[in-house]
Amino acid sequence: MRLPKLTALLTATAVFTTALTLAAGAADVHVLNWKGYGADEPWAVAAFEKVTGNKVVNDFFNSEQEMLTKIRTNPGLYDVVMINAAFNDQAMAEKLIQPIDVSKLSNYANISPDKAGSPMLKHEGKVYGVPWVWGLTALAINEKSFDKPPTSIAEMWDPAHKGRVIIRDDAVEAVQFGAIATGQNINDIKDMEAVKAKLTSLMPQIKTFWSSENDWNQMVASNQIDIGTYWSGSADRAKTHFKLPVSLVIPQEGAVAWLDAFSIPAGSKNVEGAQAFINWMIDPKFYVEWVTKVGAPVSANTKAVEALPEDAFNRKVMGDPEVAKRIQFQAPITDAQREAYLALWQQLKVDVK
Amino acid sequence: MAVQGAVASRSGLRSALPLLAPAYLWLTVAIFLPLSAMVFFSFMTDLPLSGKAWAFTLGNYAAFFSQSLYLTLLLASLRLGLEVTLWCIVIGYPAAYVLAKVLKGRSREAIFLLVILPFWSNGLVRIFSWAMVLREGGILDTALNAVLPFKINIDLMYSYPAVIIGLVHSYVPYMVLTCYLTLQAIDDSLIEAGRSLGATRLQVLKRVIIPLSMPGLVAGAALIFVPVVGSFMEPRILGGRTGTFYGTVIEDQFVAVFNWPLGAALSFILLAVVLVILAIASPVLRRAT
Repeated sequence: MRLPKLTALLTATAVFTTALTLAAGAADVHVLNWKGYGADEPWAVAAFEKVTGNKVVNDFFNSEQEMLTKIRTNPGLYDVVMINAAFNDQAMAEKLIQPIDVSKLSNYANISPDKAGSPMLKHEGKVYGVPWVWGLTALAINEKSFDKPPTSIAEMWDPAHKGRVIIRDDAVEAVQFGAIATGQNINDIKDMEAVKAKLTSLMPQIKTFWSSENDWNQMVASNQIDIGTYWSGSADRAKTHFKLPVSLVIPQEGAVAWLDAFSIPAGSKNVEGAQAFINWMIDPKFYVEWVTKVGAPVSANTKAVEALPEDAFNRKVMGDPEVAKRIQFQAPITDAQREAYLALWQQLKVDVK
Repeated sequence: MAVQGAVASRSGLRSALPLLAPAYLWLTVAIFLPLSAMVFFSFMTDLPLSGKAWAFTLGNYAAFFSQSLYLTLLLASLRLGLEVTLWCIVIGYPAAYVLAKVLKGRSREAIFLLVILPFWSNGLVRIFSWAMVLREGGILDTALNAVLPFKINIDLMYSYPAVIIGLVHSYVPYMVLTCYLTLQAIDDSLIEAGRSLGATRLQVLKRVIIPLSMPGLVAGAALIFVPVVGSFMEPRILGGRTGTFYGTVIEDQFVAVFNWPLGAALSFILLAVVLVILAIASPVLRRAT
């Protein structure tokens, strides 16, 4: 038997991959999103497939950088991609995503105007991202450790909680959290030294760093932490779905807000299916079911939020105008900033060793 | 070995080629090509697939020397590697000796199975089981407090000892297996001869058993030291806020900021340091073997 030459092997692999890509029918909707983040809920996918006849193929990413690389390296593969609004600019500038004909989305008219009109998603009058959900990176507490929920971010530095504080192992989140704690604008940090000093004094308080919802929930379930940074949607899931003694605190100093939006990659083979899927995702019916069954962030669709019960957290607290005043939406971050944040974060982690 | 190598003629090599080819082809495709790509990346300013302009640079390697944190972490990782290797020897060598020289038949098979068992479970499962054992209110804490008359508080989780425990548990089978193979090959009559000539048990151990089993010890140490220095999963999960090591920083570059060039450069610096350590150690070890 002759051994296949390396080039032959590589060519064969390439041909095979292309064949696989082409074999993906036009009626498939390839969706790229975080895992376990709404778009891959089996009941939602099944209902969508039944109504529209499109088949949903989910793919996932673990970081925004990975998501960008996946659409860069697989042009034409994906039809729908979920992009944090802060990254929409970059994706558009690299011509990775195409303008969306929002007249085809019946639910688009109900998107709250401040979200739909966000300059991060709209460029020269064209819509590059359909706002889906938004949420906060705020504080969450273990209800067992507090008689009365704290109101200030300073609680994290309270010596009473030494060794029972948790924050996410994420440089950008940590630095922006430090900016809020020092009273600065998260998108325009003037005094980085103050942020560093503030975070340095927080490090000895910390038990460990979390990276997934599961970490956080386990720490509370085994009563190992009192307080920590957490995402609003996750705190909601911990409380409603996992019945844990967790409640979200939006400190008076403020919180980091983010907006997630759906886009259609350039070269999508099934734009119609993509539009139908995005419309499905922003539909009140899907949203209410998502919140009730699983727990979710706040929908950008005002009708969807109104469909929730009066006292629902996502309606009552997150919809509170007082809260809206305190929160700061994340703006795009340059690669240089991101690397500088990581260097700072790593230095902090080394100093505490 | 050297004698055999000298005897192998050209024709012997040719007939061996079909047997070697699949392995070498696999090594070329699966290891050499990706590794070369990584070497290439480590000299670039940006990844070519990001669609941005890129150029060649030494900046990624310079980054290692311009910030003290990388050196600090590298030293911490080397220390971790040494400590884990040492514990693996302390725990693994006696176990290998008992397996090779004391136990026979069924009981040997049973103990062997127990040693190899950790290999059959997924690494993450092992680490998370340790997390359940070590944490405050965990299995160890509860069990000890149930037995002891006084109250003690055991919370080893998220500490340096937790990382050591997790890593030693993962890697001790390598030490047992390599030492077992060399110990088992020692002729029992050598030990008996030593004893009959008046050597004490300790002298036999020092002058006969340890020198003869040195190749296994060295192989085991190298097999353990190298991956432990670059480990990132165990420190991240078990180490908590003290769990930042050189490996976790490399992982961050690849996963969190997508700076593959810097991540690749840091990896190759680690590779170089490890090779230098092995090169310095090899004359000493060769004399020992």
